[in-house]
Amino acid sequence: MAKYGLRTIAIAYLFFLLVLPVGLIIWRTFGDGLQPVVDALSSPSAVHAFQVTLTVALWAVAANTVFGIGTAVLLVRHSFPGKRLLNALIDLPMAVSPVVVGLALILVYGKFAPVGGLLESWGIQIIFSTPGMVLATVFVALPLVVRAVVPVLEELGDEQEQAAHTLGASRLQAFLRITLPGIRWALAYGIVLCLARSLGEYGAVAVVSGRLVDQTQTLTLFVEERFQNFDQPAAFAAATALALIAVITLLLTKLLRPKG
Amino acid sequence: MAIEVRDVNKSFGTTPVLRDVSIDVESGSLTALLGPSGGGKSTLLRVIAGLEQPDTGTVHISGVDATRLSPQRRNVGFVFQHYAAFKHLTVFRNVAFGLEIRKRPKADIRKRVMELLELVHLEQMADRYPAQLSGGQRQRMALARALAVEPEVLLLDEPFGALDAQVRKELRTWLRRLHDEVHVTTVFVTHDQEEAIEVADTIVVLAGGRVEQVGSPAEVYDNPANPFVMRFLGPVTEIGGNLVRPHDIEISADPQEGGTAATVSRIVRLGFEVRVELRIDGKDAWVQVTRSFADQLGLKPGDTVSVRPNPGARSLALAAV
Amino acid sequence: MTTDVAVRPAPPPGPPGGGARARSRFSVPGGTALGLGSSVLYLSLIVLIPLAVVAWRSLDEGPGYFWRAVTTPDAWAALTLTIGASALVAVFNLVMGTIIAWVLVRDRFPGKAVVDTLIDLPFALPTIVAGLVLLALYGPESPLGINLAYSRAGVVLALLFVTLPFVVRTVQPVLLELDKEMEQAAASLGASPFQTFRRVILPNLVPAMLSGTALAFTRSIAEFGSTVLISGNLPFKTQVAAVNIFSQIEGDNTTGAAAISTVLLVVALVALVSLDFLQRWGSRRG
Repeated sequence: MAKYGLRTIAIAYLFFLLVLPVGLIIWRTFGDGLQPVVDALSSPSAVHAFQVTLTVALWAVAANTVFGIGTAVLLVRHSFPGKRLLNALIDLPMAVSPVVVGLALILVYGKFAPVGGLLESWGIQIIFSTPGMVLATVFVALPLVVRAVVPVLEELGDEQEQAAHTLGASRLQAFLRITLPGIRWALAYGIVLCLARSLGEYGAVAVVSGRLVDQTQTLTLFVEERFQNFDQPAAFAAATALALIAVITLLLTKLLRPKG
Repeated sequence: MAIEVRDVNKSFGTTPVLRDVSIDVESGSLTALLGPSGGGKSTLLRVIAGLEQPDTGTVHISGVDATRLSPQRRNVGFVFQHYAAFKHLTVFRNVAFGLEIRKRPKADIRKRVMELLELVHLEQMADRYPAQLSGGQRQRMALARALAVEPEVLLLDEPFGALDAQVRKELRTWLRRLHDEVHVTTVFVTHDQEEAIEVADTIVVLAGGRVEQVGSPAEVYDNPANPFVMRFLGPVTEIGGNLVRPHDIEISADPQEGGTAATVSRIVRLGFEVRVELRIDGKDAWVQVTRSFADQLGLKPGDTVSVRPNPGARSLALAAV
Repeated sequence: MTTDVAVRPAPPPGPPGGGARARSRFSVPGGTALGLGSSVLYLSLIVLIPLAVVAWRSLDEGPGYFWRAVTTPDAWAALTLTIGASALVAVFNLVMGTIIAWVLVRDRFPGKAVVDTLIDLPFALPTIVAGLVLLALYGPESPLGINLAYSRAGVVLALLFVTLPFVVRTVQPVLLELDKEMEQAAASLGASPFQTFRRVILPNLVPAMLSGTALAFTRSIAEFGSTVLISGNLPFKTQVAAVNIFSQIEGDNTTGAAAISTVLLVVALVALVSLDFLQRWGSRRG
């Protein structure tokens, strides 16, 4: 039967490509019980990597959320010349290799670049330090909040906001009391996507961080560095932790995804 | 008989939608399946087309038992309420679809399709895509597509349901004329009694999954089998325990033999006709009269009048409830 | 991780509402100007200026240098491997993605909701973890006895992993929305199930299938993290373009890195512009 044939092909493909590899890592990680995992993840380097990852991700998410809401409102509620171009440019980061992102930032904000040099003379270091990692993370996750909010904002229409204005609400009040509650689930969805992308970014951060152990090492960089140094248990434990975050993200997005 | 449906039962889950339905559709006739929504008429049509399987019972098409035949092999033309246009094909290719499947020679297909497009007045639209047509045009395209394969029966599911009132009226007349030209046995589903009466030569009234009555429009309108059919086919009002059509009532300022006393509560002028609303024994009733007759009577709210059914009027005694 | 948003079929070219094609003599109200200014500044500082500098830097030392940088044996090998593997991966995704979308929409079986959720896992999983996970199952210590480490097959496998959702997630909604009555109409006109699929369903899916394929191709071209571990970065054999750029940056040859980066950017843009063209072509028929 064609039906069962297709089902078998699809499930077998997903099983060998997704389920089995991810399952194997989790099984290997917990193969010797919970204690080694706890030990590996509570080593000073691992804890530091966690901290760096969180700091970078939170800054990046905050920046992209503000930008995302503002730009979505701009695209949906306002008209201005060049709107189509702006709309297209927002998706640009999707098409850029993470490594190219890193290179691009180094060429502008690196110590030997004009802008970077100037900032350096004021004592602000961007590349090989947290600001550069935040910039890289912002770059790769930039479209996520905008793209989550735009369709919902469109569907919402501006009648309710106009009604609020006729009832005496200021622009800010209308935004806070009407628009924001209207887009809250879409916004939450966008923020979750953005956070997950930020926690998991590897390539762009690998380039701009300089991969300095215990300084600019994020969790993804920790996985790679531990694996290259034949410390499989630590690499697997950190990978499993990241995979767990990914699964939680999946479930959250499933819950928040705009229905229909 | 073009179609014979025998003792068909069909349930969706635990909800019965067709109960012991049997109907005969004569060759060359134009039959309406009329009834309220949820009455089972669309399901019956889909059972005839093979798009639904009956739980029990049989369907014969042109004398052949088609009950277990796939829709592909029934040779019926089906026109969907929402047209089911092939969006990726031009109007021409839509109509040609069934013929291409049957591997007819290209030249024959071209000739047949152009004939049909002329018949449905779409010859200018042959190279357009369905998205570029109006609703009425799409529906005519769907009709031409169904007719292209020379089906033994043509089935239309609420064919004008998605169109606005004006286009609906036009297409109605047009369908009648088309049927007079093409003579293919046609069954269409509608919930609009005016549409059924105007277009069909046989009406099957379906409600609650049962056939309530079968007959010509005049029979069904004038001799309804039961109060339900009478109510469904046209306006009714109740006088002295009988259901009567409001235009079949005599009204007079003086008491008349066999008349019932009534008080005028309101007079509504609706263009050429006038609606006289009455109270009879504490119940509401109404009578439809012409404007000149109303002017002649000079009725005002509060007047007492006498009403009785016309001598020739059909009325149905309502069983005591 | 989650590039989910890029997968929406045919993102609206310009949000309606303010509508109005940009008119040339158009006075922008103050509030809009301020918002627009901040938004464009943000985008410029982080995305546009840095990318422009990459392109500019690649031509810094003349077109001759650009050409030599791109055609050094290792860079050329990395570029051809990347484009070849990406094309292969895109075509494979076209077939498998469509089959998976079909099964998810038209088939019913216990656990389907779980399978449906799993599809997005590659978007949610950090790429380095994806690479590690694949290396564990298909590497030297493979419990299945399949060792694809340090081979081109390993690179293809990693790319298949990260691009899995694209075609599935573009085809699935189109298939869901597909008018069932269209298929019933085809059947009542005498079409067999196969004929209905080939003549009615497939033509309606093609635009979505091609969009998904183009997205998968673009992503493969750009991919870095998932290939790092499994490919072993052997120049001339398994080194993809992104990894080649990375090692040039490490070797302080930023001009060379910029040249290859520019090639990748151009290839991605060409793919996306064709995608846009395809979507217009698809929506022409409404």
